[in-house]
Amino acid sequence: MRKTSLDTLLAEGGRSNEPLLAVDNLHVEFATRAGLVRAVNGVSYSLNPGETVAVLGESGSGKSVTAQAIMGILDMPPARIPKGEIRFHGTDLLRLSEEARTQVRGQRIAMIFQDALSALNPVFTVGWQISEMFRVHRGMSKRDGMKKAVELMDKVRIPAAKQRVNDYPHQFSGGMRQRIMIAMSIALDPEVLIADEPTTALDVTVQAQIMELLAELQRESNMGMILITHDLGVVADVADKIAVMYGGRIVENATVHEIYKSPAHPYTKGLLESIPRVDLKGQELYAIKGLPPNLLDMPTGCAFHPRCPYRQDNCVTDVPPLHEISGTRNSACHYWREVLDGDQR
Amino acid sequence: MATKGERILEVRDLVKHFPLTQGIMFKKQIGAIKAVDGVSFDLDRGETLGIVGESGCGKSTLAKVLMALERPTSGSVKINGRDIAKARGAELKRMRRNIQMVMQDPYTSLNPRMTVGDIIGEPYDIHTEVAPKGDRARRVQELLEVVGLNPDHINRYPHQFSGGQRQRIGIARGLALQPEIIVCDEPVSALDVSIQAQVINLLERLQNEFNLAYIFIAHDLSVVRHISDRVAVMYLGKVVEIGKDVDIYDKPAHPYAQALLSAVPVPDPEGREQRERIILQGDPPSPANPPSGCRFRTRCWKAQEICATEEPLLQIRPGTTHESACHFAETHDVVHVS
Repeated sequence: MRKTSLDTLLAEGGRSNEPLLAVDNLHVEFATRAGLVRAVNGVSYSLNPGETVAVLGESGSGKSVTAQAIMGILDMPPARIPKGEIRFHGTDLLRLSEEARTQVRGQRIAMIFQDALSALNPVFTVGWQISEMFRVHRGMSKRDGMKKAVELMDKVRIPAAKQRVNDYPHQFSGGMRQRIMIAMSIALDPEVLIADEPTTALDVTVQAQIMELLAELQRESNMGMILITHDLGVVADVADKIAVMYGGRIVENATVHEIYKSPAHPYTKGLLESIPRVDLKGQELYAIKGLPPNLLDMPTGCAFHPRCPYRQDNCVTDVPPLHEISGTRNSACHYWREVLDGDQR
Repeated sequence: MATKGERILEVRDLVKHFPLTQGIMFKKQIGAIKAVDGVSFDLDRGETLGIVGESGCGKSTLAKVLMALERPTSGSVKINGRDIAKARGAELKRMRRNIQMVMQDPYTSLNPRMTVGDIIGEPYDIHTEVAPKGDRARRVQELLEVVGLNPDHINRYPHQFSGGQRQRIGIARGLALQPEIIVCDEPVSALDVSIQAQVINLLERLQNEFNLAYIFIAHDLSVVRHISDRVAVMYLGKVVEIGKDVDIYDKPAHPYAQALLSAVPVPDPEGREQRERIILQGDPPSPANPPSGCRFRTRCWKAQEICATEEPLLQIRPGTTHESACHFAETHDVVHVS
């Protein structure tokens, strides 16, 4: 790895026991014409090398905005980060200069987007777009960059990479395009990979290929991965830790086994129970009633209270803190004990 | 209304090819996209047939042909014994009343400039005999109530509703003409997870209430299992396996069905390291130029010479309980779809 001023900075700022990446009490808000939208309200999670953290949530829960804040690709304004830290090796990225930030973005922390077709530029060849990473960040020549691009396309298992390096994005299938996105993101050996719904637009068979590829790349390089998704199946397959988001907050975080065995927040519990199961065929599915919250008009107290079967009076007035249940898990519910025990509904 | 279990839809050897042409003035056909290539199945009143397969396998083209939005190249689609594929004019219009559709995307399938009342009531403008003019507003309000929306919202516009509510509007529109068959093309895939269950429950409730038959096209295999009585697996324009839901999910016989089922992530982390997973390599071949013999042979781990020369027919194979189209079909329990 190149020695840069940033490395020195990271080394100086870094405390030895810091996780690779720590999001700490992050707030993000957007000034819109309709009013102030608080998209992220105090989100914290951490990531260690080789670990996969899944951020689970519905649209509007703030999961992608958090990721964009980590990458530093939020449009500011209208976005604003009034509070919070994003520490990478102990250094708060939000306080870095734009120049230092650019050195982190793409090189140390990289991102894969959901829709590969719109994330790739249709008027440049895929080889050109992959090699751009090397030309811009490493100052390589066009020829060397192209050579590297072929290597990477081989690595993400695109057949006949040498012949296809000069093809345009539309000439590839959805799965192959997503592989090209992955090739670009791992080009500079990042330490953190953020995958924002990487397989949502793909068929299950292709999804299995892509998830296998990501797992393999992660094993090879010991990357930390943040997987943003709404798919409870994918999460159960690959995640080590889960952070469940609702209405811009983390409502529960725990290890993957803990959550699936006994959820400690009514929202998580509702999501898990609404998955169709064989033994319940023919019966009505459990459905969380009501609608996800409107970010412009958030419910008072706990954002989930209008939909919650465990609701008591104080849920309407008091915002539940993130209660510590054990060393590895937290739940933002006043009644997490009842939820853990189960059957009161 | 007729009793449950009576045959309502018979599809026989349905083929839909889209021509590929070359030249501007004198268009010359140089080939064809074989989107649907010989599909046969039946559907009974009150029954749900799930159709699964990867994108490009012909699921949506099949839906369009069933709806007579596309004319088939050959084959027949018989609704109550009459062929909708051959019907014209007034007869076609009458038959279309009986088969309606719920679309995938509730954001683009509703006209933003029309009120909910106009959207749901539009079928009555076309089929004026169903509801006399003075009666329409009342009918629309009834429909809104049936799908769980507030009847007072009849004059609102689609943007005033959430995704799940919009899908309910789409369902109400599908019900307006009291059809016997509803084709649901990915009806929940655009919705948030917590909303999907609500819409699935609604579809099941409506089925019981009105004795509807569903063709349920989806890529989420656990949803398909929940709602379907029978399931058809499609690959490159053909049905490769069809049977009761338990047969397909617990005893899949075709290698493609096995691969498809094993690829579905299971929402349970226990034992995830031990799980068997068949990962298919590559992408499906182009439907313009499908492989000879068995279409799946290029990605199949069982392929032999016979697969390239002889096309396997969809039939009950020895040792299996339901129809599959593989020379080497044998049941193999890969299922983790819970």
